[in-house]
Amino acid sequence: MNRSDLLSVADLGREGIVEVLRLADSFAEVSERPVPKVPALRGRTVATVFFESSTRTRLSFEAAAKRLSADTMTFTAASSSVAKGESVRDTVETLDAMGVDAMVVRHSSAGTPAQVARWVRASVVNAGDGQHEHPTQALLDCFTLREALARRDGRPPGDDLAGVRIAIVGDVRHSRVARSGVLAYRALGATVVLVAPPTLLPPDTSSWGVTTSGDLDEVLPGVDVVYLLRLQAERIRECLLPSLHEYSARYALTAERERRLAPEVLVMHPGPMVRGVEIDSAVASSARSLVTRQVRNGVAVRMAVLFRLLAGAAADPVLVPSGRAGGEP
Amino acid sequence: MSERGTGALVVRGGTVVDATGERRADVVVDAGRIVGVGPSVAAPSGARVLDASGCVVSPGLVDLHAHLREPGGEAAETVESGARAAARGGFSAVVAMPNTEPPVDCAAAVRAAQSLAVGACVEVAVAGSITVGRAGVQLAPLAEMAALGVRIFTDDGLGVQHSGVMRRALEYARPLGVVLAQHCEDEALAAGGSMNEGEWSSLLGIPGRPAAAEEAMVARDLALVRLTGGRLHFLHLSSGRSVALVREARASGLAVTAEATPHHLCLSDSELRGYDPVYKVNPPLRSARDVAAVREGVADGTVDAVATDHAPHPRESKDEPFESAPPGMIGLETALSVAYGALCLPSAERGGPAGGPVAPGWLADDASPRLALAGLLGALSWRPARIAGLDAPGGTDGGRGGHGGPVAPGSVAHLCVFDTAARWTVDAASGSSRSANTPFAGRELVGRVRHTVVAGEAVVVDGEAQR
Repeated sequence: MNRSDLLSVADLGREGIVEVLRLADSFAEVSERPVPKVPALRGRTVATVFFESSTRTRLSFEAAAKRLSADTMTFTAASSSVAKGESVRDTVETLDAMGVDAMVVRHSSAGTPAQVARWVRASVVNAGDGQHEHPTQALLDCFTLREALARRDGRPPGDDLAGVRIAIVGDVRHSRVARSGVLAYRALGATVVLVAPPTLLPPDTSSWGVTTSGDLDEVLPGVDVVYLLRLQAERIRECLLPSLHEYSARYALTAERERRLAPEVLVMHPGPMVRGVEIDSAVASSARSLVTRQVRNGVAVRMAVLFRLLAGAAADPVLVPSGRAGGEP
Repeated sequence: MSERGTGALVVRGGTVVDATGERRADVVVDAGRIVGVGPSVAAPSGARVLDASGCVVSPGLVDLHAHLREPGGEAAETVESGARAAARGGFSAVVAMPNTEPPVDCAAAVRAAQSLAVGACVEVAVAGSITVGRAGVQLAPLAEMAALGVRIFTDDGLGVQHSGVMRRALEYARPLGVVLAQHCEDEALAAGGSMNEGEWSSLLGIPGRPAAAEEAMVARDLALVRLTGGRLHFLHLSSGRSVALVREARASGLAVTAEATPHHLCLSDSELRGYDPVYKVNPPLRSARDVAAVREGVADGTVDAVATDHAPHPRESKDEPFESAPPGMIGLETALSVAYGALCLPSAERGGPAGGPVAPGWLADDASPRLALAGLLGALSWRPARIAGLDAPGGTDGGRGGHGGPVAPGSVAHLCVFDTAARWTVDAASGSSRSANTPFAGRELVGRVRHTVVAGEAVVVDGEAQR
């Protein structure tokens, strides 16, 4: 069986990323319809299998599956057999035996989706694994960025991010969003600088094709996009930071720093935001902020990912919406 | 040890290698002892003949570091199954680690563990823990356990974290004629990590255990040995800088010993790329540079012994998500073959993945061998026998002792017959261990143990355990 998975952005490569973005263009259009639904995956079943709590990512995947007319199943660890001691392997093998076509897996341990993919027949989508990756977040960020740059430049969206300079700011060490983002932005030709105190950078990024900096103020004048990461207060207990106050003073995108940015510089954040710590409230709501677009685009991009994995070669391209045709009554 | 199987044997046609050198010779065994060694020694009539043509005949191997899991972890291994796995790996004696459940931290637990070892097909020497409950706080009754024959004490699985406790343990143990063995990892640096910290952990998003966690404790313990004059053995060194620290300390006259595992001699942290918990082990697989440095340490004698750290786990626990799966891999049945490939063969002749993609860390570097087979056998037999006190006749607790050779008349007949030309693919399911968590499953190895003789009994013949 020629099954495919999305475990890492690296599985897609540049070609795969571009394909997802183009598919997502079509599905974004579907999402604008009064009845935002196509029959592309009718009869298929998508299970969201979340061993770590999440609301927005799970709901976004479930909305994506439903808009493709797939049946959905929801598994969350808190209310399930895991609480009774069942192993991850038994859990996913049980779901697999029910005839699931795709499992969208989130777990607090890096690599769990890769392990699950060895145990089940279903296609596996990584919805966040420990500090490793969160591929659909990176894809929706690329989609959002490409859309915003097109709007800014008054042209249709291009396929790449060539020449775009992106600063990822904050707790890169613990961030699966950053790992997937670096792979995706680099594949599309962007340059990336990671900005954080050294305690919040990964131990060795020498093979990532990025630069690093401990000085946000020095970096800001040279970038097109400021991508902020959530900072968790527990980093202080872990002795990675002295205080949130000191962190904010050096690394937050404050209103004062925002005023110094060129007008066309864009601001992104994967959510959930901690307003007042890594980003000022006013900046999050400013015109340059893409935060709401990121959330909105998540559904279309996840539709594209599920469609690409499950529709496969047998898919009828007619079902891919190009206009009003194909929508369910 | 039992008295069974002590009829006459002739090991015929092999090349004898022991600490005294190498010669073409048959070995005649009777009543548990070697009675004749030479190119044409007369065998007693009715003696069983073990063919050793094309093979190297050495003293039985001695493993300083095996987790046999009994009591408490019988789903993973028992003394009986672990001993059988050891025999198939050419070992005549193993040191059983004390991190059982309950741990071996008092005289009663030593007696219980020793009683489990009676009847095992190799000699099983019981190690005791340094601290009560392996908790690193209070000294275990080292003298009481030593009086029962315990020669090695360790909290293995964990190092003794508190410098003051370790200092007192080294001092207190000094008159007992025992050796303390340290698992060197400073948990303040390593806790929460699941693999070597570095380029690969950064890419994979797996929290790391830095080599510095090991090096810091090695450096601390060397200082404590200087302070106390205690006797210390370093378990499973995995970092090149740790090896360098030990090399320098020994050059300055410090009496410490060290071991390295077969897996640290050939696998690097790039193996973790598929998130397979079979590669998760403490200390973790390190960089390719560390692998090369540990090999060099064995080759130049800084690292005295190759020891397995055989750590069986049942399938269900190694099927856990990577970060929650337990560390450890089995190694008794593959130790000699893996170490032989890593140290004694040029890279082109080492075997490797059978039918699979080439894994970059696997035996990947030097084109020429670093060590003659005799050197490796020293690291797997006579040197560890001396460290564990298993060389002395009578052994540690009424066992046979006399491990590590020489292969000469009068010695207890512990022999390993190793076919250096055999090529085989590791099949985890057909091993004698109750567990199958070997990183070498599916890989082709060069060289295989053919026969093992323990106290005159042929416990393994043509690769098959005889009981």
